[in-house]
Amino acid sequence: MMNKIWASFIIVGIVYGFLTGKMDIMNQEIIASGNETLNLFMVSAPLMVLWSGIMQIAKDARLLEKLAKMLRPIFKVIFPDLDEKDEALEYIASNLTINMLGIHNASTPFGLKAMKALQEKNPKKDTASRSMITFLVLNTSGVTLIATDILAIRMMYGSQNPTELIFPTIIATVVNTCFALLVDRFLYRRSVKREHH
Amino acid sequence: MSTISNYFIPAIVFFVLVYALRKKVNVYDSFCHGAKEGILMSIEIFPFLMAMIFGMNILLKSGFITDFFSLFRPVLEMFHIPVEIMPLAVTRPVSGNASFVVMIDIIKQYGVDSNLGRMAAILQGATDTTIYVLSLYFGSIGIKHIRYALKAGLLTDLITVIMALLLVTLFFA
Repeated sequence: MMNKIWASFIIVGIVYGFLTGKMDIMNQEIIASGNETLNLFMVSAPLMVLWSGIMQIAKDARLLEKLAKMLRPIFKVIFPDLDEKDEALEYIASNLTINMLGIHNASTPFGLKAMKALQEKNPKKDTASRSMITFLVLNTSGVTLIATDILAIRMMYGSQNPTELIFPTIIATVVNTCFALLVDRFLYRRSVKREHH
Repeated sequence: MSTISNYFIPAIVFFVLVYALRKKVNVYDSFCHGAKEGILMSIEIFPFLMAMIFGMNILLKSGFITDFFSLFRPVLEMFHIPVEIMPLAVTRPVSGNASFVVMIDIIKQYGVDSNLGRMAAILQGATDTTIYVLSLYFGSIGIKHIRYALKAGLLTDLITVIMALLLVTLFFA
C-alpha cells in the first residue's frame, strides 16, 4: 500500500506544481528535503535515545508488567467476551502500556501477538471478532502520555514552552479513547440486532 | 495550565528511577543499554523519515492539498473548523509518518506557538494511525471482513479533531 501512496504523492505533486507554475519551488524542495530530514534527526534522535534509556530502566524493573496487571480489572469491563486469565489480555496490556509511554515501534509485536491469540478463539476465521475490534479501536485511539517526537519538533521550532501541550494532549487522548469504547459498543449492539432481523 | 504539563516528564523520570532502585535494578547500566537500543532504532527509521519528508513535501509545496481543501472552506467555516488543519486531519488516520510531516509544515507556516501549531501537535499526539494499524493487525491473521472496525476508528479520529480544536481554545485563547 505504502508503495502506491508514496509514489502518488510525488507524481501528483510534480504534475500539479508544473500546471500551476511552481517548478522553482518544487526544485528547491527536492534538494532541501535531505537536509531537512537530517536537521529533524539531529533534534529528535537525542530525545528518543534519552527516553529509550529511561524506558529501559522501567522495563528492567518490571514496571510495564506491573502497570499491565493494574489494567486487569478495567479489562473485564472492556472485553466482556474474554476470560480474565486469557493470554490475549496480557499482550493487549503490554501493547497499550508501551504505547502509553510513547515507544510505538516496540508495541507492535505485542499487538500482533494479541491478535493471534484472539484469532485462536475466533469462530469465524475470516471475520473480525468483537474483542478484536475493541482492541483495535483502543489501540488506534492511542493513549500516549509523552510523545517525544512531537516534543522534539516543538523544541526545534523554538517554542517558548515545548512541554505545555502534554496535559491537553492527555485530556484529548483520554476523551477520544472513552468515546472509541462507546462507539465500539454501540456499533457492536447494532450489528447484533441486524443479524437477528 | 502549562505548569501541570511541565511536571509530567520529571515526575515519570523520578517515579521510574525510585521504583527501579527499590527493585534493585542497576539503573545506570539499564539506562545505557536502553539508550544504545534507542540510537540503533533512530538510525533504522531514518530512511523512512527521509522518504516521507521527501514525498510529502513535494505534495504540500505543490499547493495541491491546500487548493483542494479551499474548495470546502465555506462548509468548514460553518463548523468553525480552520481549513488549514484539514491536511493533517485527513492524513493522520492514513499514515503516522505522513501526518508527522504535515504537522511540521503547519508549525513552520503558522508558528509553533500559534493556535494552529498547537492544534496540530495535539492532534498528532492524541491519536494513532487507524488505517495503517487496521490493515497491519487484521492482515497479519488473515481477517477479510472487518465489520464496523473502520467506522469506529474514523469516528474516533473525528472526535480527536474536535477535541484538539476545543482544547486549544480552552487552554490558550
